Amino acid sequence: MANDPIIRLRGVTKTYGSGPTAFQALKGVDLDIQRGDFVAVMGPSGSGKSTTMNILGCLDVPSGGSFEFKGHRVESLDRDQRALLRRRYLGFVFQGFNLLSRTTALENVELPLLYRGEDKKARYDAGMAALDKVGLKPWWDHTPAELSGGQQQRVAIARAIVTHPDVLLADEPTGNLDSERSVEIMELLTDLNLNSGITVLMVTHEPDMAAFARTIVHFKDGLVERIEKGKRS
Amino acid sequence: MILGTTVTLAFRAILRHKLRSFLTTLGIIIGVAAVVTMTTLGNGATAAVREQIASLGANILQLRPGQGFGRGGGGPRPPDFKPEDVTAIANQIAGVRAVAPQAQTSGTAIYEGNNWSTTINGTTASYFEAQQWALESGRLFMPEEEEAGKPVCIIGSTLRRNLFKQDDPLGQRFRIKGISCQVIGVLTTRGQGGFGQDQDDVAVMPIKFVQRRFTGNRDLGLIMVAVDDAYDTSVVQASLEGLMRERRRIKPGDQDNFNVFDTKQISDTLTGTTTILTQIVAAVAAISLLVGGIGIMNIMLVSVTERTREIGIRLAIGAVASEVLLQFLVEAIVLSCLGGLIGMFIALIASIAIAPLMQVPFIFDVKINLLAVLFSAAIGVVFGYFPARRAAQLNPIDALRHE
Repeated sequence: MANDPIIRLRGVTKTYGSGPTAFQALKGVDLDIQRGDFVAVMGPSGSGKSTTMNILGCLDVPSGGSFEFKGHRVESLDRDQRALLRRRYLGFVFQGFNLLSRTTALENVELPLLYRGEDKKARYDAGMAALDKVGLKPWWDHTPAELSGGQQQRVAIARAIVTHPDVLLADEPTGNLDSERSVEIMELLTDLNLNSGITVLMVTHEPDMAAFARTIVHFKDGLVERIEKGKRS
Repeated sequence: MILGTTVTLAFRAILRHKLRSFLTTLGIIIGVAAVVTMTTLGNGATAAVREQIASLGANILQLRPGQGFGRGGGGPRPPDFKPEDVTAIANQIAGVRAVAPQAQTSGTAIYEGNNWSTTINGTTASYFEAQQWALESGRLFMPEEEEAGKPVCIIGSTLRRNLFKQDDPLGQRFRIKGISCQVIGVLTTRGQGGFGQDQDDVAVMPIKFVQRRFTGNRDLGLIMVAVDDAYDTSVVQASLEGLMRERRRIKPGDQDNFNVFDTKQISDTLTGTTTILTQIVAAVAAISLLVGGIGIMNIMLVSVTERTREIGIRLAIGAVASEVLLQFLVEAIVLSCLGGLIGMFIALIASIAIAPLMQVPFIFDVKINLLAVLFSAAIGVVFGYFPARRAAQLNPIDALRHE
């Protein structure tokens, strides 16, 4: 069991539209991701990396093939069942931060806990702990507009990890940041991967950032082109 | 997600956009304020009418010659009643608490330098019993005064004020239609009658005196019958009609040449009219509530579009469709309920301010206010559902990409 991958994709296809305008974004992807791995997904636009991430994030379902996540056959789950999987096991970090505006950092971080039905005290404690982990505890009552880009992304990371997820999905997490902030974010993700045991899946097109990963998956034309070991592995 | 959390979220979202929230709910505020104010004032008006009618006396049947008000149009003039009719009613009809004949005329009263034109009402002491009209001072007619038709007089408060000014009228003599008479009693103030006449502008005298000295006949224009509370007015009315048909020798099948008028009927008719008017006005005001509801739907739809990305975040984090639906629905309901409460408060102030101007009493009706708030909540549900469902059905990937 220990060596079973947490994520297993087999012959996953994804087709958008139908008839003559149909577009096949994934053409049969096979991919195993081990628990505790730090995976960077790379590839040019249209290579299918975003589609794969949407499927891995249980936001979308494959058109064909199978996607096994922690023993769940995700392709057969409905919308709400997938939402519950996300709530329990997944955390998301986006390129555009996607924080709620006019809402304090703490309230943003507490948001996933609201949907878990945790009480006020538990939300506050867990929210503050998560903010502390990303080094933003003193900024807990600042709204996104009062924070820098790097700080906003850290709040987003705190929001993603506040539920102690198994997998953290990061979609170009450093895409909107300068190189110095980018390195800080990558170090934070590495730290979470190493010390909190969170499996990290990250889409990026910057080789410098991918270098932080243990495994780098290259996509091309809707297929996995090659898998290489990162410098840290 | 528990409901309490959803309500907290809704309040947060509303407070985040104070001005917009206020403008959204303005329609509901105005609608509820209009409906509640109109109904409150309408109820006050109904109560005022009812009170005026009640001043005619409760459970009183009025017998008049002819059909309807007045003595009718063409044809022979129906005969007036006679004093014997009064005796017959008193002796032969069950459930009569008091019966009072009335012969009315009018004339000028003169006391020292003052003169005042007033109504002269010839009747018996039973009149005060029938009307449940108490004396402020003095005494009623003695039986021998009634029998002999003595020149004694019980006056209403309007007449007393205009004729005697500050003087104590009791025992004073004044001239009425040129004949001297003595004040033996003063009536308490009754105010306006059901048809706006001043009931207190009256000089009540023994009927025999009025008939002998003023009208010159034994005719009675009106007999007032007070029904005992234990009896059904309509039953008494029916036996009265039977008795009068017999006494006036009306053949079976012929129409009555008199009518029995139930003051309760006037009361019901007039209050019914006011109630209907109130309902119509309230219905018109309710249309503004509907418009307010559409306003909420409008803004909620805009809000859903504007907050598409937020919805995407919530969905990505793991909100299920029903939670997103609930969030937006609760937001709409909270907005409309707040509007309802504010509207209710404004209505309260407006009613208290306007009621005295309209000369109607202010009556706080818990039912109307409760209904108004419940109705605004219902508007929130109805007009909030469509935008909320739209939010819940968004695709998380598209919603996250929304700019």
